[in-house]
Amino acid sequence: MTESIFTQKTLCYHCGDECLTTRYTLEEKSFCCHGCKTVYTILAENNLCSYYSFNDHPGLTRARTDKRFDYLNEPAIIKELVDYTDDNLTIITFYIPHIHCSSCIWLLEKLNRFNAGVLYSRIDFLKKQLNVKYDPQKISLRELVELLFDIGYEPLISLQDVIKKQNRANEKDNLIQRIAVAGFCFGNVMLLSFPEYLGLSALEASFKHFFGWLNVLFSLPVVFYSGREYFVSAWQNLKNRVLNIDFPLALGIAVLFARTAAEVLTKSGAGFADTLCGLVFFLLVGKFVQRKTYHHISFERDYRSFFPVAVQVITDGAEKPVPLADLKVGERIVLRHNEIIPADAILLKGEALIDFSFVTGESIPVSKTLGEIIYAGGRQTSEAIELEVVKPVSQSYLTQLWNNEAFTRLQHNRMQTFNERVSKHFTIVLLIIAFGALLFWLPTSLNRGLAAFTAVLIVACPCALALSTPFTMSAALSIFDRNLFYLKNTAVVEQLAKIDTIVFDKTGTITTGTDNNITLSGSLTTSELQLVYSACINSNHPLSRMISQYLGKIDKLELKYYRETPGQGINALVGGHDVRIGSGKFVFGEFKEIGNQTRVHLLIDGKYCGYFAFKQNYRAGLRQTVNELSKYQTFLISGDSDHEKDELLPVFKSFDRMNFSQSPQKKLEFIQLLQRLKGKVIMMGDGLNDAGALRQSDLGIAVTDNINNFSPGCDAILDGRSFNKLPAFLKFSKSTVSIIHCSFLISLTYNLIGLSYAVTGKLSPLTAAILMPLSTATIISFTTVATHLAAKKRGL
Amino acid sequence: MSIIYFLIGCSVVLALAFLLAFFWSQRTGQNDDLYTPSVRILIDDEPDTNDKK
Repeated sequence: MTESIFTQKTLCYHCGDECLTTRYTLEEKSFCCHGCKTVYTILAENNLCSYYSFNDHPGLTRARTDKRFDYLNEPAIIKELVDYTDDNLTIITFYIPHIHCSSCIWLLEKLNRFNAGVLYSRIDFLKKQLNVKYDPQKISLRELVELLFDIGYEPLISLQDVIKKQNRANEKDNLIQRIAVAGFCFGNVMLLSFPEYLGLSALEASFKHFFGWLNVLFSLPVVFYSGREYFVSAWQNLKNRVLNIDFPLALGIAVLFARTAAEVLTKSGAGFADTLCGLVFFLLVGKFVQRKTYHHISFERDYRSFFPVAVQVITDGAEKPVPLADLKVGERIVLRHNEIIPADAILLKGEALIDFSFVTGESIPVSKTLGEIIYAGGRQTSEAIELEVVKPVSQSYLTQLWNNEAFTRLQHNRMQTFNERVSKHFTIVLLIIAFGALLFWLPTSLNRGLAAFTAVLIVACPCALALSTPFTMSAALSIFDRNLFYLKNTAVVEQLAKIDTIVFDKTGTITTGTDNNITLSGSLTTSELQLVYSACINSNHPLSRMISQYLGKIDKLELKYYRETPGQGINALVGGHDVRIGSGKFVFGEFKEIGNQTRVHLLIDGKYCGYFAFKQNYRAGLRQTVNELSKYQTFLISGDSDHEKDELLPVFKSFDRMNFSQSPQKKLEFIQLLQRLKGKVIMMGDGLNDAGALRQSDLGIAVTDNINNFSPGCDAILDGRSFNKLPAFLKFSKSTVSIIHCSFLISLTYNLIGLSYAVTGKLSPLTAAILMPLSTATIISFTTVATHLAAKKRGL
Repeated sequence: MSIIYFLIGCSVVLALAFLLAFFWSQRTGQNDDLYTPSVRILIDDEPDTNDKK
């Protein structure tokens, strides 16, 4: 019925969105909105249209054109944001979420073509950061941000500057330098040790001591600079009465160094300098591999990064930007289109249509009436409104939720990793063997006893064991990463393998947040559709926009009369017909909505023509995915009322497994209950209303359609598109753990071979020098190959 | 064979120089962004015809 009117779709030259009208065209290029056209004009004026030649439609849709950067004139705010400033130079780093292609790099690094005040601009593509140096005399921060906004790259400016924190963490960490030092010494020591292994003639005996001394010299930085953290960590763990893998490692390093120094000093042998340097080098490399970071995702963001930096406060009839931290109870604030409500407030003026998708996951905006309290975290989607703050930012509902016990409490309930469990026993057995060897040889000869004791500690130094987990996990992590599943750290993989219970949130988790399913009930003629389209295209209401999008491009008729009651509906006179589109209440007066969908009713010339129904879509393959998880206990927990209960029954099998109308606190308690029943629980959720449950669970996974969204309290972020791969992820995590177990066995075998030499006290440096790198190489290649094979088997 | 002492001294000094060079590059942030330059180099400069407008 509607197919006939679908004409050829025109895509916006700038952003690639579908053009709904033919209103915005310039130089034979069509644009979807005024904003996109403006960006094109700006670029054209500055001869920067090559922007469009690197990629098709590189821009971001610019449906919104209002600017709200007044707060960037406040010196106090500027001071917080910039990295460095003096009279002639200011340096600032912006986080720009939209950076996504080479056109972005090209354009943003040409900022000085727009304004000569910009001295330098450089992009870090993976981190989506733009570093700008500019002359504050020539261009103010506000103008700079407005310029970025004008060309379609609005920076995300938030109170908690995530960028700076990350940068600082990198500076403090000198792991790479420690690896470099260890690698440098390792290489040199290897060279100097070879002559010894190959045999030196009597003539060259003097070299032997020279090489020995050099080796000791090279070992010094390796032990005291590169390997220092192992001693520190071992000592701290001993103080806390924990035996972790760092203890035998530190012991091994210390014994290796002591014995090398002793042998060289007494000229009794060549020592184990090469084994020592190799050991530290490989260990540090393992550490480096394990520490995978996602530049584009931050797990540490909290509510502050979501809130704006400043808010417009009305004092004595004038608007003034005030930093959010200074916002007081009783102040009147103004919020414009698309701004976020920073604190719980009462609506005083204007029509509020609040999108709470961030807090609740519900994508359809809620309309609020005057005098109602609006909770912080919602986004105003219609005109400007005035509110009176009733609670300071720090005590608002949203922030309270964030400051809930569950967030501040330290995580003690997380599971121990395999490595932690094994290394305890390993250390004890190792010490028993070492002392056993010492005691056995002591009656015969003190020297041989000491030799055996040190040799055991050297050979059994669990280098391969320490490497097996990091290498397997990092391989696994990169496989997850490739499948759009981002884990906070490597320990999460092991936790994933131990899960037996899965709890799903509904809205936004098993439903898709963005595309709603529109269906038109009732039969409309093409001309009637044209009337509806002509009315809807004038409205900015999200539902109207969805309807216009659904109808596609139709020729627009002229409007004689148009009136929109925000949040209610449209009344328009189009081509001689009276069109009323909107909620049941708006169209019919008194009306009780049947069913549980959001509906938009159509009334043309007083005749009821049907309605558009908006229904949330479940994620593709939901039913199959949950079915595949039959080995796990699955539950549904939702903040919504239970009107979709029947639809979800085939998925979750039983009503007992579905809980509706749950508050965030109830969700958290539900997780606790499951955990008390000895379940290892995954919470799959999104939005802040799940945050408590995510944090409480053994493993919190945030499901989101936009990974840059704020997802608090989670251990992993799953891109909605990969939702149906969840069973494969779980199976793969189990294979990963088996791989770690296997590699542990391999490294044990090597240890046993080494030990059989060591207990006799006759460990030659050459044996150690071969055994150690050989076991390391085996472990690294085994784990990497096995992990990738396992992933292939699961189709990841 | 005493030349070996000298040669080893030379090689260590040379290697140290490379190590220091690496430290310098690390400190000055040359290794911070390993991706963007790879894209940047592929972007052609446009001809300077109407640049000064």
